[in-house]
Amino acid sequence: MHALSVRLKRWPSSHPGFFFLLAICVWFALYQGLEPFSAAVVSWLPVTPDSRLGSALLFFFYDTPKVLLLLVGIVFVMGIVHTFVSPERTRALLSGRRLGVGNVMAASLGIVTPFCSCSAVPLFIGFLQAGVPLGVTFSFLVSAPMVNEVALALLFGMFGWKVAALYLGLGLSVAIVAGVVIGQLRMERYLEDWVRAMQNSQVGLPVGADSRSWGERIEQGFRHVHEIVGKVWPYIIGGIALGAGIHGYVPEDFMASIMGKDAPWWSVPMAVAIGVPMYTNAAGVIPIVQALLGKGAALGTVLAFMMSVIALSAPEMLILRKVLKPRLIATFAGVVAAGIVLVGYVFNAVL
Amino acid sequence: MEIKVLGTGCANCKATMKLIEEAVAAQGLTVQVQKVEDIQDIMRYGVMSTPGVVIDGKVVHAGGVPGKDKIASWLAAAR
Repeated sequence: MHALSVRLKRWPSSHPGFFFLLAICVWFALYQGLEPFSAAVVSWLPVTPDSRLGSALLFFFYDTPKVLLLLVGIVFVMGIVHTFVSPERTRALLSGRRLGVGNVMAASLGIVTPFCSCSAVPLFIGFLQAGVPLGVTFSFLVSAPMVNEVALALLFGMFGWKVAALYLGLGLSVAIVAGVVIGQLRMERYLEDWVRAMQNSQVGLPVGADSRSWGERIEQGFRHVHEIVGKVWPYIIGGIALGAGIHGYVPEDFMASIMGKDAPWWSVPMAVAIGVPMYTNAAGVIPIVQALLGKGAALGTVLAFMMSVIALSAPEMLILRKVLKPRLIATFAGVVAAGIVLVGYVFNAVL
Repeated sequence: MEIKVLGTGCANCKATMKLIEEAVAAQGLTVQVQKVEDIQDIMRYGVMSTPGVVIDGKVVHAGGVPGKDKIASWLAAAR
């Protein structure tokens, strides 16, 4: 019995091709079954589907499994992608790149390289040591937390692929432009002195060949799902429950006058100014986003708020203070915040 | 044997520290597990993602909480 369960647990790693085929089929079958599933659940409950409570429940039982399914799929794929791009590899790729091309590469690699905000400083110094230019390093540092898999999965699940793609494109643009601006300003002298001394000290580090098997990569994918989805699911269910709750109960235009489409021009900068010092991850901010949108706030204003919460935070500034002088921190925060405000206006204009 | 855990004090670093201390205690070893929190000291080991684990001056792990089996194998190898 025990031997069988061990073998069952190991089979994805020992038959990776078969596992992928089966996993993709099961995933799509589940995704197709979402609508009948939510209808069945609600019809089984003692409420009428077209009542207020009924439509709120329908919304909840459809959206929760949909978002969780998308999240599991995207996080699993990202876990596997992470086994191909370690921070060391990214650093080797970016070493000695010029401004421009380097920034585009850094921002794109920021999406797929495993990153935790608590490693931001070691990563920052590691990049500079290997000869990655300052502006290019900043592009990475902006894009890595902001354009992350959880944010994309949630936007995709709740607002559709167009919003997710727009968030991806505009997030990348902010990261690229912010990095180019900081690079152009030649702010190397505002690095702390011990950091400056380390710049370009380890150019041409060898990167070990990656010899992991597909079995190990799949295990890493599962581990990533366990780690990320295990941490964020309560926020997501809470957020959707909140969204379902205000579905019909709170007046739709509650927030419209100050955060809606026709709100005064200062509503976007205001949302960013409130968001910058706040500190939470993508999952934590989603309930707030749901609540704001449900009450009539404009998508661009809300997304600008969300970006500023995720990309900039007071604790991060404090950690960066150990390696950057205040002037460079202020420039970094200012450039990124300005970029996000622009994104907010663009979103509001095109949607 | 000398074990150091590199990390600026995030949750993953604390979890790594605790796992290693438990493994050391479980194997009945008397090893000091040290925590390195100063960023300049951490950078001296060339680690880019924290938590990192250093055994007898050699970096054996960087980034993420190491698995229990991994920790056990380090302890066995260094004995």
